[in-house]
Amino acid sequence: MEHLTTSFRIADRYYAAVDDVTLTVRKNEILAIVGESGSGKSALAFSIMGLHTRAKIEGHIYYKGQDLAHLPPSKLNKLRGKEMGMIFQDPLSALNPLMIIGSQIEEALLLHNDMLTAERRKAKVLELLDKVGIPRPEHTYQQYPHELSGGMRQRVVIAIAIANEPELLIADEPTTALDVTIQLQILELIRKLKSDIGAGIILITHDLGVVAEMADRVAVMYAGQIVEIADIYTLISNAQHPYTKSLLSSIPAASAEKSRLHVIQGIVPSLQKLPREGCRFRSRIPWIQEAAHEPVPAMHEVSPGHFVRCTCYRTFYFPKVDGKGADYGAS
Amino acid sequence: MALLDIKDLKVHFPIRGGLFGRAVGEVKAVDGVSLSIEQGSTYGLVGESGSGKTTTGRAIIGLNAITSGRVMFEGKDLNEGGKRSLLNARRDVQMIFQDPYSSLNPKKRVIDIVAEPLRNFERLSAQEEKRRVRELLEQVGLSAETIYKYPHEFSGGQRQRIGIARAIALKPKLIIADEPVSALDVSVQAQVLNFMQDIQKELNLTYLFISHDLGIIRHMCDHIGIMYKGRHVEQGTTSDIFHNPQHIYTKRLLAAIPDIDPTEREKQRQFRAAVKAEYDQAYRDYFDEEGLAYSLRPISSTHLVALPGKGG
Repeated sequence: MEHLTTSFRIADRYYAAVDDVTLTVRKNEILAIVGESGSGKSALAFSIMGLHTRAKIEGHIYYKGQDLAHLPPSKLNKLRGKEMGMIFQDPLSALNPLMIIGSQIEEALLLHNDMLTAERRKAKVLELLDKVGIPRPEHTYQQYPHELSGGMRQRVVIAIAIANEPELLIADEPTTALDVTIQLQILELIRKLKSDIGAGIILITHDLGVVAEMADRVAVMYAGQIVEIADIYTLISNAQHPYTKSLLSSIPAASAEKSRLHVIQGIVPSLQKLPREGCRFRSRIPWIQEAAHEPVPAMHEVSPGHFVRCTCYRTFYFPKVDGKGADYGAS
Repeated sequence: MALLDIKDLKVHFPIRGGLFGRAVGEVKAVDGVSLSIEQGSTYGLVGESGSGKTTTGRAIIGLNAITSGRVMFEGKDLNEGGKRSLLNARRDVQMIFQDPYSSLNPKKRVIDIVAEPLRNFERLSAQEEKRRVRELLEQVGLSAETIYKYPHEFSGGQRQRIGIARAIALKPKLIIADEPVSALDVSVQAQVLNFMQDIQKELNLTYLFISHDLGIIRHMCDHIGIMYKGRHVEQGTTSDIFHNPQHIYTKRLLAAIPDIDPTEREKQRQFRAAVKAEYDQAYRDYFDEEGLAYSLRPISSTHLVALPGKGG
């Protein structure tokens, strides 16, 4: 992605939900995109897949040299589902409730590969169901989505996404709706996909625990921009941007029982009220001097492959907690 | 004496079927749960979806009918003594709900939402009521000028604090918090959790904290109960559960928590594989023919485990 900007029209004006994002995903790599709700991480995923039909997309999305952002829909359809797969957050709404599981996966195969005979297709579907860890493929083949548990449904969605052995897989909050033990199984499955078919995977999540378990590299998004990007080891042990640091210290860490959690002041601004100039995180860290920010925040390379936006990271510190109310942002 | 003492609580729902909607079976949502909570402490009820943790919370406050068992609050049985005692207990036991978006009536102003419990239990003049609501809002860190606003004008964290203001309006003794932060972003989550700890100290509150998130449970709770299919599999102090888990289900649940340290990935993977092998191998020992846990047995003065073997 190069200078990708996705804007939505609200009352006759366009507002950028994804603002000038430049990112690369390599083969055989899991790139995690982390951010809170409203950070633009899902809008970014939908842009890559071309699912925002009414948004204005600027910039370039290069996939193997082709610019997806300016590809006619007919050509995009050929890539989608074949070379690029997507796993959605809510498996129930991603599946057709009136179709048996088997037909839904067959449909994905049929759309991109009509050379297979009916028997071969069915065999392939059963193989896929087995691959995603469904215990009785023959039985599940005949079932409807409502007959399956959440974890099983998510496996079916994954089976559809990988039916044509995509080279790029986008997983948008794939385990948010699931229990921890099921989450673990699904994450292991996604990790296996990377090693089996060598796909490049974009994992979108708000859960830093999941990121630490899965990612090779991480991009942290705030208010439509990438504020920090680094490999996972660096990001966890040596985060630089104030937002990344704040996020990391607001997790109820397993080691510190009954201690205080860090709270980021204020709220994520809405799309229309986003500050478009200067450091976007400025209003959430008001104790930092104005002079610490850059007028036009750039990405600074602090070590090879580790980029941080704006200069405010150099002098950032956490404020002292001065009694009640201060750290949950009285408003 | 414990503030809340539950003995062998059962909540069964009938499965209706056939032509006349007769009960053809029952779902044992809660099947013999006992626990007690001391005043001022926090008890965490953990389990995966369908484990009966929410039903337990709802049964205590009277939102689900109890099939059998006793719920003792301050030494009094909530099922006995008729409506009067139940009504008094309702004052003292309040609930915080999971979703701050659907648990506040969008057509009501903040003053009406927060004052509702006051109107039910106390007769206040309009002026006094307004003063109380203002106080409550300030207590939860919201400005007193917001009383005429509607829920949609607030962020998720602020809404959850309005829900908390409503819950503490009658100065309750026990608050049942059912997944109070699951719907919130991490930074907002931190805000609400910090705040819940603050008012706990200030008002000497007791919490029954229901969650599936073990990280949050560990952060908030003094005692923990792990539920599986309507029964406890293990109960103990936070340290008992996290440092010395005994039941295979507890071990498996703990092993599944995502680890924030990426350098430990390989070690974690091996550890999880070992836990899973133990789980698969010992499943038949730890659960009966119906896949249910056995009765809890003490292994120390604080730690109870549903160990294999009948009776106990």
